Amino acid sequence: MTALLESRPSVDEEGPASRVAGPSVARRVVDALVTSVGKVAAIVLLLGVWETAPRLGLVDDTFLPPFSTVLDAWWRLAADGQLLDNTGASLARSLSGFGLAVAVAVPLGLVIGWYKSVASLLGPLLEVFRNTAALALLPVFVLLLGIGETSKIAIVFYACTWPILLNTISAVRGVDPTLLRLARSVDLSGFRLFQKVILPAAVPTVFTGIRLAGAVSILVLVAAEMVGAKAGLGHLVNASQFNFAIPQMYAGIITISAIGVVFNQLLVALERLFTSWRVPVGS
Amino acid sequence: MSTHISFRDVTKRFVVRDRASRRRTEFTAVRGVDLDVERGEFLVLVGPSGCGKSTLLDLLGGLAEPSEGQVLLEGAPITGPGLDRGVVFQQYALLPWRTAQGNVEFGLEAAGVLRRERSGRAREFLDLVGLGGFEDRHPHQLSGGMRQRVAIARSLAYDPAVLLMDEPFAALDAQTRESLQDELLRIWQRTGKTVVFITHSIDEAVYLGQRVAVLTSRPGRVKEVVPIDLGDRTGQADLRSGTGFARYRHRIWELLHDEVSRAQQQEKEVAAV
Repeated sequence: MTALLESRPSVDEEGPASRVAGPSVARRVVDALVTSVGKVAAIVLLLGVWETAPRLGLVDDTFLPPFSTVLDAWWRLAADGQLLDNTGASLARSLSGFGLAVAVAVPLGLVIGWYKSVASLLGPLLEVFRNTAALALLPVFVLLLGIGETSKIAIVFYACTWPILLNTISAVRGVDPTLLRLARSVDLSGFRLFQKVILPAAVPTVFTGIRLAGAVSILVLVAAEMVGAKAGLGHLVNASQFNFAIPQMYAGIITISAIGVVFNQLLVALERLFTSWRVPVGS
Repeated sequence: MSTHISFRDVTKRFVVRDRASRRRTEFTAVRGVDLDVERGEFLVLVGPSGCGKSTLLDLLGGLAEPSEGQVLLEGAPITGPGLDRGVVFQQYALLPWRTAQGNVEFGLEAAGVLRRERSGRAREFLDLVGLGGFEDRHPHQLSGGMRQRVAIARSLAYDPAVLLMDEPFAALDAQTRESLQDELLRIWQRTGKTVVFITHSIDEAVYLGQRVAVLTSRPGRVKEVVPIDLGDRTGQADLRSGTGFARYRHRIWELLHDEVSRAQQQEKEVAAV
């Protein structure tokens, strides 16, 4: 009913609509400010505690140096190029593993989801793989592929594959049956059915899988780099801890979390772009 | 007038597998249906719930095949779905990622209409259903009535000879439903399509149909076909309050009454097992 009321394009209803829009825009801006201030406030509070607690002697500043010291260490790491090298190494690995997983798991999932018999045949196997912690397989990957780049990329690829694959399969299986009936009623079949109905209907669920995989790619990579690597952020954190360079260790950690947040935001933005039809405009 | 669609002794059975006993049981949805629909006619099928109304429509749409008998379209048996029939579903079945315009174009794409002709045709049919100016809205930005208008425009745009409508207005509120009924009659008069319309509402059946076929409870058969003669419906102000309307309404109510109680009895028995 609201849609009906809002969408009458008559002139006399334009007036009240724009009058309503005025205060609501202002309120929305205020709301956005309040929420963004709220979001920042929590982080600022955390950093404040981090800064003051060691200084006041509440925690040992050897193990938790004040935030400003960490920031200083971060700056020096950034200046001498170490941070850039390590970040570059990590990003290259995690993006290649992640990219490969998207390129393989999405088409594979579409095929598996489409053929019911294949889906039910492979279902139990996929469940086993999904529920096997990827990191438990890290020794196997190292054994088979050595400690070089290949095993790192392979473990990221492996870990990213499952969320994407399983979400893609359920996306295809979950296409609204009325839409399939519609497609059949207009005699749409095979490739065109896939292209015009199944694929667009599956996009949102597939993206959920991709977003999950994005988080997984960083998580798994950092752990893998801690076990055996000569470069990378996981290596930086681990090596700093061994050398008792505690501020550098924290600098590495905040870099990792910053990358995680940025990567996730990028994927969310991409998801919005592809599924804009789902977001009700103006509500 | 010539016969456009005819059901010849059509029976449709389904095999249902019982989950608990894993036994296959056969279930007859419709049995021995004989029915002719004239070209350009507006025929309404009305019956109690579960009487196989939708099964008949699926047979017509080519989404199911009869177990016995034949469904003929222009004298030839129906072998599958086709663009000579347009189906309007109760749940609208709009593609949520497409705009109103895009949804109408969907049918045109399926029909192989050239790209440059599509947008003009789509706009023309959105105008026909009173949605000019709403081309760029997505389904979630439209009310239920508007969504069904889009679905009707989609089915009309590729110019099928027959329009099959499966309780299209059942999910709408009363006012919207009445205005869409008028709209549908107007469109039918303008386009001259053969319409087969399914409903469980007696009022809707009397208001829309030139003839109303009353079906029995399961297994569905045609109990009686009632011709409705109310003159030009769109020209009359409050047709539903007239005595003629009430007489037809009562006639169909009588025919349906026993069937509805039998259908309810059947449902209770099924639930008890």
